[in-house]
Amino acid sequence: MASRHVTKRAKYKTTIKDPGTPGTLRLTLEKILFVPHNPKSAGKLDVEFRFIKGQKHTKEGSNKPPWLNLTNNQNGSFIFEFENYSDLQYCRDFVGKVLAKSGEVSEKPTVTYPDEQLSAAEMELRIKLLQEDSELQKLHKQFVLSDVLTEAEFWATRKKLLDTEANKKTKQRLGFKSAMISDIRPSTDGRTNKVTFNLTPEIILQIFAEKPAVHRAFLSYVPNKMSEKVFWTKYFRAEYLHSTKNSIAAAAEAAEDEELAVFLKLDDILASEARWKIRRVDPTLDMEADEGDDYTHLPDHGIFRDGSKDMTESQNELYRRTLSQDINRHAAVVLEGRAVDVDLDDTRAVAEALAWSKQESSTKRESDGDTNQERLARVSRMTEIEDLQGPNNLPSAPLCIKDPRDYFDSQQANALRTSGDALGRTEQIKCSLSTQEVYGSLRQSISVIKAMGLKDPIVKPEVAHQVFDALTNSISTTKYHIGKNPHESVLDRLPKKTKDELLHHWTSILELLKHFWASYPITTSYLYTKVNRLKDAISNIYPQLEEIKGSVPSELRHQVSLLVHPMLQALDAAIQHYEADMQKRSTGSVDKPNGYV
Amino acid sequence: MASAPSKLYADDVSLVVVLLDTNPFFWSSSSLSFLQFLSHVLSFLNSILTLNQLNQVVVIATGYNSCDYIFDSSLDLKRSLENGRMPVMCSSLLQKLEEFSFKDEQLSKEEPEGRIKCSLLSGSLSMALCYIQRVFRSGALHPHPRVPIDSCYMGAQNSAFLQQASYITGGVHHKPQNLDGLFQYLMTIFAADLHSRSFLHLPKPVGVDFRASCFCHKNTIDMGYICSVCLSIFCKHHKKCSTCGSVFGQAQSEAASASDKKRKTPET
Repeated sequence: MASRHVTKRAKYKTTIKDPGTPGTLRLTLEKILFVPHNPKSAGKLDVEFRFIKGQKHTKEGSNKPPWLNLTNNQNGSFIFEFENYSDLQYCRDFVGKVLAKSGEVSEKPTVTYPDEQLSAAEMELRIKLLQEDSELQKLHKQFVLSDVLTEAEFWATRKKLLDTEANKKTKQRLGFKSAMISDIRPSTDGRTNKVTFNLTPEIILQIFAEKPAVHRAFLSYVPNKMSEKVFWTKYFRAEYLHSTKNSIAAAAEAAEDEELAVFLKLDDILASEARWKIRRVDPTLDMEADEGDDYTHLPDHGIFRDGSKDMTESQNELYRRTLSQDINRHAAVVLEGRAVDVDLDDTRAVAEALAWSKQESSTKRESDGDTNQERLARVSRMTEIEDLQGPNNLPSAPLCIKDPRDYFDSQQANALRTSGDALGRTEQIKCSLSTQEVYGSLRQSISVIKAMGLKDPIVKPEVAHQVFDALTNSISTTKYHIGKNPHESVLDRLPKKTKDELLHHWTSILELLKHFWASYPITTSYLYTKVNRLKDAISNIYPQLEEIKGSVPSELRHQVSLLVHPMLQALDAAIQHYEADMQKRSTGSVDKPNGYV
Repeated sequence: MASAPSKLYADDVSLVVVLLDTNPFFWSSSSLSFLQFLSHVLSFLNSILTLNQLNQVVVIATGYNSCDYIFDSSLDLKRSLENGRMPVMCSSLLQKLEEFSFKDEQLSKEEPEGRIKCSLLSGSLSMALCYIQRVFRSGALHPHPRVPIDSCYMGAQNSAFLQQASYITGGVHHKPQNLDGLFQYLMTIFAADLHSRSFLHLPKPVGVDFRASCFCHKNTIDMGYICSVCLSIFCKHHKKCSTCGSVFGQAQSEAASASDKKRKTPET
């Protein structure tokens, strides 16, 4: 497309439900400009293409209107509704070209094709794969970015790669960190009296999981009674008071501020949960847990101490919290695992999701009628960590397809024949004698040997000498060419650059030929154009191979031409087939079976 | 055609399992007579036994209808076969070979005529590998023996299968040019034990023919059809895979013509 800009009438929508502001969309190579028809309406848009990450669109055959959705780096989207699909197509191609141009610098395959609707995740996956494997990246650059193969064709044979990568990502659920991030240490500014607490969504989730009373308070207070900011300020005030271990001050403040009191008190939800859990422990089975573990009930955790010192503190008992309680609670939460999977940014959503999951588990508990039965079930239950288990597939042996580059230097030069020749036939043993006769002659040989013994000499000295000479000759010539080390290959003697070039050419030829031969028999016009593209690419390789031959020093030139020979033969076979097929089509002499185009 | 897998015990001790091709149809039309072949091979086997007193030789005959062990040097040899003209091992081997040939012929009477006259190489290869595994189980020196397969090919053309087998397992493949000197070839190339091969130069073939063979005719092919379930290779389009039985779907071109036909009928 030679045009530097595109102007189309369109409606701009901020969300799918938005009816859309009618106006003019103008796309240039640098930016997207939308001007509404009504100058008073607010839908003006001016975005640079730098920030656009990708595009999606509705399909022509579906009942949806023609929409183009451009996503930007911050995951926002701009939706444009066009008058018809051809406008959409035009704009889409333009956007694709612009993105591809910028993408060439950063290796992003952002051009979408008619039959491919890629999600951002899939594109990211492809980019990641390309970045990890430089050989793959070279092939991709060579063929896709120069339009020999399309993106879809390139990745069609690599589905397995894409699948394993995608699986790897979603395999394990991340749990909570074992570090107690909910125990936030504030930073103090030495000069003023301010104390700063830092709060991230991850920390919020942990706080809700570990402190059900705070969670309940959040659900009930925010946004009705107070804003989120006020809520957290009060929470951190309580935390600060706890950290000073000044329970008297804590009690005083709790008396004044009812909401603050919630944070300062002991978590009653936790307490009731602990009591309930202890009741469910069967003392006959579980030797370790007993009434003495109900530490929330007993003062001083059941340890007898001189009570006189603690008299003054017993009123403020409620406002004390110990480190061991915190650690135990945190550990319990981490082991339970992550119960919610929502976007952490929205605190309200997180709180609700957590509440919902807790409700689920508590209803489950209540529905158990028979406690005895439950205990037995609990004892015999095996704790499975699902996301660490292996896949439940049927046993299968993994496919081991070797890298063709390993076999490159051992190939026989005349192994690959052109398609016109007869296929290699196995040696057909022509035998005119009957079964009986052949067996008979075999046994006769055996009896002759039995009678006469072994020949003397076993082999004539001249013959042995000849054989030995011939063998030594062949060994020394290979030694001359390959090197002293019997396990070395001829490739290792070449300079590294040449060796890499040759191997890369080998892989790219294999890739091209794979697509070439897969396109026959040609039944659609798509395949026809594809084959022509590939044939041009193939013809371009010949001079490149010649160049390699010329670039090596003369003593290695013979070796290199031997290595290059099988590649040339494969290419020749392909070109020959192509020309034969072309001829058949043009003369039309062959009857066209099976719906040939 | 003889192949010799061998393994290392320690240093230059070897266990050589020889697969002797005794296909009578081949030998009746070969340029080298079976008589001469046997004498070369028997001398070769004897020499292996003299190279190291711990060496062991096992011979498996690959017949037309069956395969069987005909010699094992670790077993006690019958003294009654001694006749002064040849080592005892040879006479016992020949005796067993004769018996094997009889049995093989008997099995021929039940076979229908017109079968391709090839030897049961895969059968004897399996027997050889099982034998080696068993010896290793009892020896317990190496958990997984490295079994290189050497192949000595006598025939007009080339065997892609043997070339590939030798290449992949790290053995040596050779096609002797001068069959009168077969013994010299065997001694120079195939008698070397695995330990010595790390510093000996053995003749390498010019290249290996990596082409596959089709399952229906056993021809080596460059292009063919592959079953996507079991990866069996065919040279012609088949309706059903002969290995796994999966039915092949319609070819792309056939589907296009079917839809063409459908479109035509409403118009007419």
